[in-house]
Amino acid sequence: MPDGALTATPLLEARAVSKRFGGVQALHGVTLSVDPGEIFGLVGPNGAGKTTLFNCLCGQLRPDGGSVRFDGQTIDHLPTYKRARLGIGRTFQRIEVFPELTVRDHLMVAARAHQGDGALWKDLLNLSNPKPKEKAIVEAVLEMVRLQDVAEVPVAALSLGHCRLVELGRALAGEPRLLMADEPSSGLDVAETQALADTLLHVRREHGTAVILVEHDLDMVSQVVDRVIVLDFGQQIAAGTLEEVLTDPVVRKAYLGKTA
Amino acid sequence: MSNFLNYAIPGIPQGCEYALIAVGLVLTFRATGVFNLAFGAQAFAAAFAYDLLNQYEHWSQLWAFIAAVLVISPALGLALDRFLFRHIPTASTTAKVLSTIGLLIAIPFMIPILFGTAPRTEIGFLWLSPRIVYFHLYQTPLNGTVIATTVITLGVVAALVALFRWSSIGLQMRAVVESRRLAQLEGVNASAVAAGAWALSSALAGLAGVLMLPQSQTLDPTSTLSFTTLLVAGLTAAALASFRSLPLALMWSLVLGVVSNLLVWLLPSGSVLQQNVAPALPFVVLVGVLLFNPRIRNLEQNSDPMASVDPPPPPPSVQIRDRRLDIPVKWGWRLLLAGFVVSSLTWLPDNWVFPFALGVVFSIIFLSITLITGMAGQLSLCQATFAGVGGFFAGQMAAHFGVPILLGAVLGGVVAAGVGVLVALPALRLSGLPLTLVTLAFAIFADQVLFQYSWSGGGDTGVSAPRPGGPVSFAIGPDGDSHFLILLMIILAVVMGGVALVMKGTVGRYLAAIRGSQTAAASLGISLTRAKITVFALSAGIAGLGGALYASTQTQVGAGDFGYEFSLVWVVAVITTGAMTLEGAIQAGMGLAVFQQILNLYVPARFTGIEFVLFAVGTLTYAQHPEGIVEYQKTRWMNRIAKLFQRYDERRGRATPGTTVSTPGSTTTAQLVGPGASAAQLAAPGAPGA
Amino acid sequence: MTDLGATTAPVASTGTASTLLEFRGVSASYSSYRALFDVSFGVPERGIVALLGSNGAGKSTVARVASGLVPVTGGTVHFSGRDITGMAAHKIAHDGVAHVPEGRGVFSSLTVDENLTLAFRQKVGRKGVPAACDRAYTAFPALVACRRQLGGTLSGGQQRMLSLARVLAVTPRLLIVDELSLGLAPVVIDSVYEGLLAIRDSGCALLVVEQQVDRALAIADSAILLAHGSVAWTGAASGASSAMEELLASRQMTVSGDAATNHSPSGVHTGA
Repeated sequence: MPDGALTATPLLEARAVSKRFGGVQALHGVTLSVDPGEIFGLVGPNGAGKTTLFNCLCGQLRPDGGSVRFDGQTIDHLPTYKRARLGIGRTFQRIEVFPELTVRDHLMVAARAHQGDGALWKDLLNLSNPKPKEKAIVEAVLEMVRLQDVAEVPVAALSLGHCRLVELGRALAGEPRLLMADEPSSGLDVAETQALADTLLHVRREHGTAVILVEHDLDMVSQVVDRVIVLDFGQQIAAGTLEEVLTDPVVRKAYLGKTA
Repeated sequence: MSNFLNYAIPGIPQGCEYALIAVGLVLTFRATGVFNLAFGAQAFAAAFAYDLLNQYEHWSQLWAFIAAVLVISPALGLALDRFLFRHIPTASTTAKVLSTIGLLIAIPFMIPILFGTAPRTEIGFLWLSPRIVYFHLYQTPLNGTVIATTVITLGVVAALVALFRWSSIGLQMRAVVESRRLAQLEGVNASAVAAGAWALSSALAGLAGVLMLPQSQTLDPTSTLSFTTLLVAGLTAAALASFRSLPLALMWSLVLGVVSNLLVWLLPSGSVLQQNVAPALPFVVLVGVLLFNPRIRNLEQNSDPMASVDPPPPPPSVQIRDRRLDIPVKWGWRLLLAGFVVSSLTWLPDNWVFPFALGVVFSIIFLSITLITGMAGQLSLCQATFAGVGGFFAGQMAAHFGVPILLGAVLGGVVAAGVGVLVALPALRLSGLPLTLVTLAFAIFADQVLFQYSWSGGGDTGVSAPRPGGPVSFAIGPDGDSHFLILLMIILAVVMGGVALVMKGTVGRYLAAIRGSQTAAASLGISLTRAKITVFALSAGIAGLGGALYASTQTQVGAGDFGYEFSLVWVVAVITTGAMTLEGAIQAGMGLAVFQQILNLYVPARFTGIEFVLFAVGTLTYAQHPEGIVEYQKTRWMNRIAKLFQRYDERRGRATPGTTVSTPGSTTTAQLVGPGASAAQLAAPGAPGA
Repeated sequence: MTDLGATTAPVASTGTASTLLEFRGVSASYSSYRALFDVSFGVPERGIVALLGSNGAGKSTVARVASGLVPVTGGTVHFSGRDITGMAAHKIAHDGVAHVPEGRGVFSSLTVDENLTLAFRQKVGRKGVPAACDRAYTAFPALVACRRQLGGTLSGGQQRMLSLARVLAVTPRLLIVDELSLGLAPVVIDSVYEGLLAIRDSGCALLVVEQQVDRALAIADSAILLAHGSVAWTGAASGASSAMEELLASRQMTVSGDAATNHSPSGVHTGA
């Protein structure tokens, strides 16, 4: 399996991660590693365990077995917010925006949370106004996701496509070293999906951000990812570049069916 | 053994009473999706109707029963569905609970207003008189009431279980609760089924009310909240049944009835255990169940798959203020304030200074509600309790250690903050409905147990709290009271400033994020634990400070001043005027006090309590207008005025100068420059970005 | 009713005997947000019509108007010659319109058995339920093993199968399926689409709302293209691809869509 090809220390390493829900084994010892600046795809049929794996990596779920290391450090015992502070950003399969806040507010709170130096006593002494560094980050992200025009609009009034971009921007405003994107193009049309792919490539190019991408849209996946692994019924059935994986007969049988 | 049975057997009819509440709560929740805290109020209304028809209109018992339970109660339920709950299908469970709290408060006050306040007596029930003992079971006398209650309860619950689980209509009810729209696609007449569910659950409430009549023997409309013990037991049994299972709710109710009776027998009377531990036990059990029952934590998990058909509740109304209005509004407030200060020092009559002082104190306490409910989005039903902690602490410090009252108030706030942290600890795992119930349990516990000790609330005698000492006179009487009022206003201003800073600072931003999505907030690196504890501590601390000032204003307070019903009323008042803005708290506080004074002076006694009814109205619209119905109307009018200005500009051919856009709850106020950014575009929900 | 015979392109104006569902100048909105503008088309009694368009063009809104979930603010809707504008959704369902909505489409809190029983009770009454359940389990054997499982615990593919089973044991007159393939693996989509063909063969008309254009056009006889809440093109399925190219080129279908189907962030999600 060609998954340790690069010599740099992997940014994220998951070893033999397992998870069981009641009677169902959702993940059977999945192992993967993502290098800094790499765009990594996670594909597989419905119910294969992709979102479960994400949740284990981000801390929303505790795996039953295996371990996860980020930048050489074991993070198994860390809750979600601490993993976020280490530099892991995430978007969600079902949109989780803050409906009352404007787009700018979303980015601002992400930047503030990442900088991590807000405190109650500072609030009371009126020292909590947006700092220049935060403002700069927010402007940069707004430009990157092309939402400058709607920056002041409450997110509840935006379309799904815009909401997905807001989520992406919010994750990026935290200056993550690893971005985990869960089906970010679901519900987007052709143009929006293209814009999304461009943004991911841009982020990797300009900031060296690594990306783990769960996607069904194989066109989009082929445009952006370096390597993929394929999950089916909680098990890894293939790994490699997208071309290698698509020609693997096991994968074709399980996932692509006869239309491939 | 026979002794055991002697105590155990009477526990069964006792348990049946609990069962009526527990099963009622569970049934309503499963059949309508609403956790109906007003169940007890509906029961009371039915009991009242029965008695009215039986005693005063001289209907026969049977006809009065049929009318009260099978006609009037279901009719009330149908009205609730038709006018209230049908219009808010997509609201959160908390928003719906809030509506029932409004009803819980309004109904008991409406009844005396409509029917007079003379307490009823001599209440009979069906053909079974409470005074005749029909037979004995192991030395336990079984009179008419006991037999009727037991038989009817068991029979009705069995019928309901059969209905819900196995009948077609039960299946339809369960489907409609999960998703009205999906059920309609299947050919189910969702509106009819939902209405039927409300009618059924209300009939059960009516039955509960009428069955419990003989116990009370009197029916005092102003003391309906004396259903408290039943409520706690019913809640506990329902929680043990995970709010899901009707037979389990019945079973646990019977168990609780038997156990509570056995405890009376087992614990030597007068002992520490009996006097201190036993009363606390039901609350410990309730809170324990709420905390540790995993099925309760996941109570709101099944979301409607067709939620996008009905538009989501609109975001809090966006207020577009023309900049030319900013100046008059700002100066308007300043003039009002100045006028207020001047008046209170000069011509304001004495009997108005005191209510204004109360109003200011309420405003301080209500700012705590703005923090916890408006900002953190948690419905806390124990704010009066925190106020009580602060008040009693300050009073006791002053009485026993001579601590000056103002210092005592600050310390009281700190102590209350500590108590707030203790209450926050369960909040870390819970949110939404279970958390609200925990705060309610705590409030009732404090009311009935904690504040009764002489070292806390002083039981019947209460605690005294002096006015501040010092060079300026703050004593009761002319001048003293007005000076005190000024002092209170200064303190209010300081607290307001603090809360405003918190709202626009880091804590406010984090809370806004948490309100939107806890999962996403955590993924940004926000520690939910720290944020929740911080806001609970702050909120409790402010309430405690306010409570101490309240004590000082009244100079004598007892447990009754901080009863749990006040927590409910205060939350309801703030929700109505606007929980997300600072003005909302002030409007609620001053409004309540001023209203009460006006009613005292000018309105006949029959209308006592109507201010609570009026303030309760806001909860009925909370789901559609979470920013508060008053706030919503204000925004509407301001927007209309802004549009008038725009039209005026257009006619004069002038460009509209910049407008300000703000949403209550948002921490940024944006400046839009230029006529291109039309205010109307942004005000309509669902409009694409400019 | 005249026998339809060969499929015809949808007729956009007057109702003919061969048209089962007809929209005449329909406008619809979600509270203050307008989603459909003057939409007119017809679905014939036999055959499959594909309803295509970019995200947010209004396809789901059309489906919901047809089944009565969303009220119209202008125009009329006709089913089988009768005006059903404003009719309650459950009555339209009884008339023979079946709508498999996008998203989950099953009751999470009911078991598979209960999901089926609920649907069949409404359509064939108590006596017909056991026979209908048998038919459903025969058509979808994968569901037999999960009979007593709650709908919420099924995988995305199983949920989709359950949705179809619910509407099929009693063949409807018009079946509207909304984004059937969203979030499903290609091999599952294959079998689901085969099922659609079988349904068509049993005499039911189909309106297939899809973003996966190729799939839908492969089985459809005719197509309707929606853009920004209006009908941009109608015609035979064979001509649809080139029509879409044109629209794409003239930039009518690329601007990101309105909020109609997506204003509730939880409204669209896959069942992974």
